[in-house]
Amino acid sequence: MTAVDAGQAVIGADELLALYEQMAVIRRTEKAAHDLFLAGLVKGTTHLAAGHEAVAVGASAALRPDDYVFATYRGHHHAMARGATPEECLAELMSKNTGLCHAKGGSMHLTKASAGMLGSYAIVGAHLPMAAGAAWSARLRGSSQVAVAFFGDGATNIGAFHEALNLAAVWALPVLFVCENNLYMEYTPIGSVTAVANPAADRAPAYRIPAQVIDGNDVVVVKNAVAAAAERARSGDGPTVLEALTYRHFGHSRTDPATYRPAEEVEQWLRRDPLELARARLEALGVSGESVAAADQRAESAVVAAVAAAKAAPGPDPGDALTDVWADGGSAWRT
Amino acid sequence: MADVITYREAVAEGLAREMRRDSSVVCLGEDIGAAGGVFKTTTGLFAEFGADRVWDTPISEQAIVGVAMGAAMTGMRPVAEIMFSDFFACCWDYLANEIPKIRYMTGGQVTVPLVVRTANGGGLGFGAQHSQAVENWTLAIPGLKIAAPSTPADVTGMMAAAIRSDDPVVFFEHKGLFASKGPAAPPGHVVELGRAAVARQGYYVTLVALAATVPLALAAAARLAGEQISAEVIDLRCLVPLDMATVLASVQRTSRLLIVEENPYQGGWGGTVASIVADEGFESLDAPIRRVAAACVPLPFADALEQLVIPTVDSVTNAVRTLAAY
Repeated sequence: MTAVDAGQAVIGADELLALYEQMAVIRRTEKAAHDLFLAGLVKGTTHLAAGHEAVAVGASAALRPDDYVFATYRGHHHAMARGATPEECLAELMSKNTGLCHAKGGSMHLTKASAGMLGSYAIVGAHLPMAAGAAWSARLRGSSQVAVAFFGDGATNIGAFHEALNLAAVWALPVLFVCENNLYMEYTPIGSVTAVANPAADRAPAYRIPAQVIDGNDVVVVKNAVAAAAERARSGDGPTVLEALTYRHFGHSRTDPATYRPAEEVEQWLRRDPLELARARLEALGVSGESVAAADQRAESAVVAAVAAAKAAPGPDPGDALTDVWADGGSAWRT
Repeated sequence: MADVITYREAVAEGLAREMRRDSSVVCLGEDIGAAGGVFKTTTGLFAEFGADRVWDTPISEQAIVGVAMGAAMTGMRPVAEIMFSDFFACCWDYLANEIPKIRYMTGGQVTVPLVVRTANGGGLGFGAQHSQAVENWTLAIPGLKIAAPSTPADVTGMMAAAIRSDDPVVFFEHKGLFASKGPAAPPGHVVELGRAAVARQGYYVTLVALAATVPLALAAAARLAGEQISAEVIDLRCLVPLDMATVLASVQRTSRLLIVEENPYQGGWGGTVASIVADEGFESLDAPIRRVAAACVPLPFADALEQLVIPTVDSVTNAVRTLAAY
């Protein structure tokens, strides 16, 4: 396993600026979610993905619109990278009828099936076999679609991870397993509870699956690695494991101030903020500071407008409590 | 096709009919391909449909059901086999947390048209981890349809309905019935899920049964007929949708209800049936509702012990006599 050198990666200035703006929107949406929670407008819990933006945006940029992605309860960034709007996401968090799931899912279950974002799952590791199943389906239908499961480092120690990797390898399924390794399974360092140094990538060879450890904070690196793995999958060569190293800017969930992380480590990773790295690349590509500032301003305006719209949206429809258990829209279980 | 077939042949027949009809139907499970399944319930499918439609899996229940779910969400109609229903515990996350909830919690964005087939129940001396009747486990989870046929024709007809259903269906095949015989389903036979059958008409007491307790109840009813006790036997066929209309109408005629279930009394499905009759049919009753269910112990190995734990013709007959004497 080697870190991908994306120093020579070819990406156009316009495309990178667009990816930067997407990340900027996600960052501001996550910050807004945090503030709305503190203001008492978001109930339950949230698992914010600030710091992980490059994984979602880079991967999405490498995928076809009809590919499938499956995410975890830390999945706001994946929903937005696949086309969910900040307003749809924030409205869901705020229990509004205009939310992605009509306020029946919440922060941990953001889903936009129409964009191939087939769900956020709150049972660790559960969606890896599902992604393998979507890939199996794509193969059976001859659609050349791929499926991607994004998961945390903590998921690599649960059985479903291993069952999914084995079956995906045996059946040579067009699926990508993308680990967002943010170094902490929740509050505990992943290294202290895992037998290998790279929790995802080091397991892959046992299943004859190629793996790479990549810089998950560099949107260009992620895009290139996902593009290569997707191409491999589409050409019938089977699954790939990518372990994207990244870092959370907030705690595990809303109640976690993350005081267990050494200040020096936090500082070091904040210097490698995905937005900072992208700005440096943009500068190297000759994009003006004014253009970047304009992208930031557009992101800011979009999220401010999304917060206002979500706040103003109506609450959940009481009628929805008893709908959509079954495909006919109802919930009748007896006569 | 023969006029009379076994319950196990009816499983393969039901699968084959749907696979011929709809190319999106695919099967997966342990040893289901060339081996034809450990219970020989998929015999002939691999030969007819090939490896692209009938997929052997590792012993990997989470992968089997998880993969089926992902495929069902993306345009296929997978039929997953879990060899013994006891192994539901190995993939319970999918049956309890994922499959039944994803449509609801996404606000109706996805459907999961899959079938999970499994060999359920006791009576064959397989011991505590291969003999349980676990239909009540699935009844505890809103969002699963639950089928449990008792005859070969129902197996084929309910399989058709289960596979065509856009909802997830757990399909319990009873191990104790695999060798039993009955008329084959006519071509195109579909038994709508949630329609109970009156397996025997009677007027003095209603016996509500499911899967292997249906032949038990019928045998008890035949014996009781000699004692001038007329028992009606209702084959529920499904736990979800639960056909309480048929049960309540029967109890209105007979005024007495005995529920015969193989799962443990503790948490068994009969508790739900009893509570609905107590609530909505109380004025019809001339006697307390009674339940004959498995004892609340793990299933023992020895036949002589197992027969003391699960319902038998004797225990059902005795329970009816007690009700009749009330």
